[in-house]
Amino acid sequence: MTTVAKFDIKYTQYIDKDGKPVSKKLPKLATDFKTLKTLYRSMNRIRTLDTKAYALQRTGKMGTYPAALGQEAIGVGFGSALNKEDVLVPYYRGQAAMIEHGVTMEEVLLYWGGDERGSDYQNAREDFPIAVPIATQLLHAAGVAKAMQLKGEKRCVATEIGEGGTSEGDFYEAINVAGIWNLGVVFFINNNQWAISVPSEIQTACETYAQKAIAAGIECVQVDGNDIIAVREASEKAFEKARAGKGPTLIECVSLRLCDHTTADDARRYRPEGELDKGWEEEPILRLRKYLEANKQWSKKDEEKMQAELAAEVQQAVDNYVNTAPQAPEAMFDYLYEELPARTMEQREYAINVAKNKGA
Amino acid sequence: MPAITLIEAVNMAMAYEMGADESVVALGEDVGTNGGVFRATDGLQAKFGKERVIDTPLAESMIAGVSIGMAAQGIKPISEIQFMGFIFPAFDQIVCHMARMRHRTRGRITLPMVIRAPFGGGIHAPEHHSESTEALFAHIPGLKVVIPSNPSRAYGLMLAAIRDPDPVIFLEPKRVYRIVKHEVEDTGEDYPIGCCFVDREGTDVTLISWGAMLHETNIAAEKLAAEGISCEVIDVATVSPLDIDTILESVEKTGRAVIVQEAPKAGSLGSEIAAEIAEKGIFNLLAPIGRVSGYDTVMPYYRLEKQYMPTVDRILEEVRKTVEYK
Repeated sequence: MTTVAKFDIKYTQYIDKDGKPVSKKLPKLATDFKTLKTLYRSMNRIRTLDTKAYALQRTGKMGTYPAALGQEAIGVGFGSALNKEDVLVPYYRGQAAMIEHGVTMEEVLLYWGGDERGSDYQNAREDFPIAVPIATQLLHAAGVAKAMQLKGEKRCVATEIGEGGTSEGDFYEAINVAGIWNLGVVFFINNNQWAISVPSEIQTACETYAQKAIAAGIECVQVDGNDIIAVREASEKAFEKARAGKGPTLIECVSLRLCDHTTADDARRYRPEGELDKGWEEEPILRLRKYLEANKQWSKKDEEKMQAELAAEVQQAVDNYVNTAPQAPEAMFDYLYEELPARTMEQREYAINVAKNKGA
Repeated sequence: MPAITLIEAVNMAMAYEMGADESVVALGEDVGTNGGVFRATDGLQAKFGKERVIDTPLAESMIAGVSIGMAAQGIKPISEIQFMGFIFPAFDQIVCHMARMRHRTRGRITLPMVIRAPFGGGIHAPEHHSESTEALFAHIPGLKVVIPSNPSRAYGLMLAAIRDPDPVIFLEPKRVYRIVKHEVEDTGEDYPIGCCFVDREGTDVTLISWGAMLHETNIAAEKLAAEGISCEVIDVATVSPLDIDTILESVEKTGRAVIVQEAPKAGSLGSEIAAEIAEKGIFNLLAPIGRVSGYDTVMPYYRLEKQYMPTVDRILEEVRKTVEYK
């Protein structure tokens, strides 16, 4: 018997939970404090937004919302490494990357607040709307990358999925075709260890989610998803490779969901005792703060100033969202086709009249 | 001008538009070197290259999902699902994304794309190769569902489907892929989507059908003419959005309607057409609406498929009953 193929999975972490470097060999980013402070601010922005969105939902001003608590380093890490002209194909917990790539907080709130206009991204015209059906977005990302390849463009595509989503057929179909066609797409797995109530031991027999990409013949790595330096570094490398026509990469970012699945969930029903305490010790924002503080780059005063600014910024987005009047009833017919068929046009007129009469 | 079959017309239309519009590509399983299992894409790869006629791995959801991504970026895919019975892994992509991308992004992202699939029974095919599930797609807002019945319409409607700004499911009645030839000039002229075609004018009864069943319906109409029953025959052609006006106008004239379809009867497109006639034209009716249909059962394996498929005799019987109704 001979070995015909051999594989291993590399894991990267630069900064440990106490904000201390794990080795002396750090990437440039580790001393680029200006960028790190921007990333720190971005992660805090997401946390502020998520907290506010939860409050809005609890007070009846918002629909179901999936927070990214504890996973901010993933979306911010890779979203900030995208160029404007790259395309993001997000999943439902993708607000961090979306906002990094130009989607506004108001749009995120509008979407989860039940308004289609939340997907009409004013500053990210080519980015896909959130995909709710699990794993379906990975195929769109592959298709976008295929189009870029056909057009000879040096752009790349990023897409994100939860670890539970990697059990779906579309996940395998997407990484498979990306490998065969050498597409410029990067797949990010947000391994927050929970698919609603389903933990990894029910999700997979694999040691890592990254290794699933081995079956597709594409490069894969695992990074500490709580270490934004590791996430950003791996993302930059993978995006450069993708833009250069050198093919896809899959990056598993290991983190922990510190919140419920969504506002409609109660994780106390299934989360083992002690997990959250441990999770809060390892979470990404505190870790980067400790690192910045240890390097004398951040003070209590900086923190207070930033938190106040972010609170105002998020409040402005919330005000804009809350003050956005609902669409007219006929909006449910608009944009169905370029030209609405006659039969549907009749229904549109009818709906307008029903609304009018109800108003009167 | 040589006479061509329906499948050759599909091929000719794709070739025409790929020549005229560089953004049009064809993809699917076996579409490249092999030219498609029915030869719909025969010769296209030789003509337009491997970049534009793309052999995909065997994964239907991938074919649809990747096509969505491409279409969002200005490439116009004509994607083949080898048989309609295999379209269901792609159903999620079609229903949850393809049909609603324009709507959910308020027109920011649109998907001009075509998914082609051969469908219908009568060719002694294995299990899952003979169903007629057009109603599943016609039920989904945001899709257009087109079914050509003959070579000329296949050519004109395929061109229109590729040029349409919205996604089109293009269902090809494979039983009649090669049974009729039309002289079709390769002019690039398309036919309108969303319009019925009147195959035959008549005064006593309106026969409404689409796809392969048009052939039995037209044969029946010819026989009935000899008996003195004048049939108007309508080819629905676009099953969604439905051109109900043409049907209603015809029924107003004839006072009778018989719907002929291969699909199972319940919850079908025939049900929808009958309901529309009842809602909007019931006082024009001189007799109950007739339906000749496949049965509400699993499509039988091919030893029994002839028993399942509506026949000329079944159509004759239903029409006579409708015309004789007092």
